[in-house]
Amino acid sequence: MTNTPLLQAKSLTKKFGTLKANDSVDLVVQPGEIHALLGENGAGKSTLVKMLYGALQPTSGQIYWKGQEVHLADPAQARTLGVGMVFQHFSLFDSLNVVENIALALPKGTKIGPLAKRVEEVSHDYGLPLKADNLVADLSVGERQRIEIVRCLLQNPELIIMDEPTSVLTPQEADLLFQTLERLSKEGRSILYISHRLEEVQKMCDTATILRHGKLVEHCNPANETAASLARLMVGSSVKAVERSKPDVSAAPVRLKLQKLSLPPASPFAVPLSDISLSVKGGEVVAIAGVAGNGQSELFDALSGERDTPADAIIINEIESGHKGVTARRSLGAAFVPEERLGHAAVPDLPLSENVILTRHGSDKPLKSGLFLQRNHAGELGIRISEAFDVRKGAPDPNAGSLSGGNLQKFVVGREIDRGPTLLVVSQPTWGVDAGAAALIRQALLDLARQGAAVVVISQDLDEIFEIADRIAVINKGELSKAEPVEDMSLEKIGLLMGGVHGAEPETIPASKGQEAYNAD
Amino acid sequence: MQIELQKRALPSSLMTWLSPALAITLTVLTGALMFGMLGFNPAQALYVYFIAPLLDSWSLQELVVKAAPLVLIGVGLSICYRSNNWNIGAEGQFTMGAILGSILPVVFYQWESPLTFPLMVALGALGGALFGAIPALLKNKFGANEILTSLMLTYVALLTLDYLVRGPWKNPEGFNFPESRLFSDAALAPSLIADSRMHIGALFAVIAVIAIFILFSRTLKGFEIRVLGATPRAGNFAGFSKERMILFAFMTSGALAGIAGIIEVAGPIGQLTPTISPGYGFTAIIVAFLGRLNPIGILFAGLLLALSYLGGEAAQIELGISEKTSKAFQGILLFYILACDTLIHYHVKFVSSKKKEAV
Repeated sequence: MTNTPLLQAKSLTKKFGTLKANDSVDLVVQPGEIHALLGENGAGKSTLVKMLYGALQPTSGQIYWKGQEVHLADPAQARTLGVGMVFQHFSLFDSLNVVENIALALPKGTKIGPLAKRVEEVSHDYGLPLKADNLVADLSVGERQRIEIVRCLLQNPELIIMDEPTSVLTPQEADLLFQTLERLSKEGRSILYISHRLEEVQKMCDTATILRHGKLVEHCNPANETAASLARLMVGSSVKAVERSKPDVSAAPVRLKLQKLSLPPASPFAVPLSDISLSVKGGEVVAIAGVAGNGQSELFDALSGERDTPADAIIINEIESGHKGVTARRSLGAAFVPEERLGHAAVPDLPLSENVILTRHGSDKPLKSGLFLQRNHAGELGIRISEAFDVRKGAPDPNAGSLSGGNLQKFVVGREIDRGPTLLVVSQPTWGVDAGAAALIRQALLDLARQGAAVVVISQDLDEIFEIADRIAVINKGELSKAEPVEDMSLEKIGLLMGGVHGAEPETIPASKGQEAYNAD
Repeated sequence: MQIELQKRALPSSLMTWLSPALAITLTVLTGALMFGMLGFNPAQALYVYFIAPLLDSWSLQELVVKAAPLVLIGVGLSICYRSNNWNIGAEGQFTMGAILGSILPVVFYQWESPLTFPLMVALGALGGALFGAIPALLKNKFGANEILTSLMLTYVALLTLDYLVRGPWKNPEGFNFPESRLFSDAALAPSLIADSRMHIGALFAVIAVIAIFILFSRTLKGFEIRVLGATPRAGNFAGFSKERMILFAFMTSGALAGIAGIIEVAGPIGQLTPTISPGYGFTAIIVAFLGRLNPIGILFAGLLLALSYLGGEAAQIELGISEKTSKAFQGILLFYILACDTLIHYHVKFVSSKKKEAV
């Protein structure tokens, strides 16, 4: 290409202490292209885009904007140049409406009235319909993302950086987003698109830059690659596919039964659970799909016993457990892995051996004698778990907070599987975990089920769900659809259930907001 | 030129222990400045304050006598603070312990037995624990802020004591002074060394230090305290009850403060008077933090703060400086500890303003 690149980075290096998060990374973004930035978690994608957005300063290397070298001191300067960013985690206030949230990011003195009009115009123009006076608390995650995108577009950026934008969307919402991105690219805007979903990168992106361990691996055209070859480039070795067999659970005991489980919301913006019924037998994996924030964390807290429910609403191994605490449920053979690794599943400032004690002090008799802890035994368990689940660590017994996300996740999943539970409830088992660790965790969950345990997986990752689930249910606004065998489920059907269309035939579905937007475009 | 605080990636373990040393140094320097401004020779004043009390055996014994209640209360408070419960009312629990424990020698003064003193200690512990339970229950039931309730209850305890020694418990043979009966011999704390003021309280303090050290490092309860204090969500997931922990922390620290209280009146004082503590319950807060909420650290911090009381008395006698200076020293010390603790999580960076503009 002969034209000047919109953005060029030359041998960008960023050191945090002794760690090189980015090591001489080069990147070229041409005007109007959709450029994918691929890599496992911890490969340095976020560090790279934070430098391009001015949120971090490079240790060495140069950034060129339209051929001119620039030093980005802060995001405000990057925005002035024409760089916009949509973050993965939204920074919106629930109790404010759409336009108020957008006004917060704009210079002081912006008039709300004219801004509201512009917000609606811009959002409509790009097929991202928003009502300026809607309260954010009432919006779906997809709609919240639209606010972030519109906020970014109002600054008329030439380069838009998007950090894993589809990880929070239903398949239908994601398709809508892709149309918007194509339209932006046709207008000559460039998009730097961070993702680990290979299919969508292949579908959408013109070029891809792949990072591994902070280093540039390759620039390539995703259309010329296969999903497997891209994965190999990201991970550095080929990823083992999960092996599974079909279980016969006809004679297996019911390990978990939910009977009309309802739970009032704990806070004004929390989701209530209503009339959830589910029955899971030993030997099978039941997945609960759904867009984040539809009651998954409430359901997990009810199952684990962190929140109290009527005694007969939750039956674990044929014993009414709704009133029982976490420790009592563990003693019945249940085990739990929450979504949040640090601060919920593990205490960051405590070593792994003490984090073993955290969930197993009640169910593993040898961990204490009388009042006293048996630290040696805890240490041995820590080593056993680390070896069985390939937990890589820098010290024999490091603090949980010092492990990488993937390794800590292997540890917290391994800690529970090592116990040999008869029921395992796990939330987002591979969220933010690299492909190698994810494959290991999924295989371990399947193996546990095939040994006779009931496994409930709450996940937003549909690829994962189709990989390991025997039956799939969908949670939406605190209601759970019937769990159906994986053969009877399709991406489209799950997508519709995620949007709240229970039991309706596809042709009778009322026009959703997404379709309205599509027609309006 | 501009000074910036930058967050460290990890808390500095070096600074965790260097910060108290730095705080003590800064306190001494500020003290020198304060004495200088009052017109005293700073070197001489500091000598009288901090060195002279360490040079004769009477003062050393007195140091132990004053350190004992500070350490007892301080290790108790470390349970509260580590579990994230802000008990500011140790002074009240100390006083309630002294009151309840004194029922035997004041109301049942004719009963003298070898059991008298042990029973008094048990009653003292009970008094402190029950009084500590009040803010805990208020926090559990109504979410009431324990800082406010425990502090306010302190004044309830102090005024109750004041009422008792001026009213129903006034010594009938005491010429109308606001004091209780003198305790009988059976009710007095045994001395550790014959004919000295060093009483059994010091032993209690050492036992408490060892017991709480084992509690923190070896037991499931200690683990529970640390987990619930650091990450309540993980503690809940572990099956630990926050409500029970609140009650446990307040009642244990209340009991230890109560023991300190009854030993103080059965030891150095020998009767109930309107004022039985020079603010031990509040000073122990400083002791707990200066000792890094670690029982062994608290032992040393207790000795240091006891020295500030002794120094205050010495400075008053020898130089005629108000003994209120000991309060000033304690306040300055707490101020510097809290300021220096910032360095555990942040490091100071000097940024030249020129460089900032150039970026």
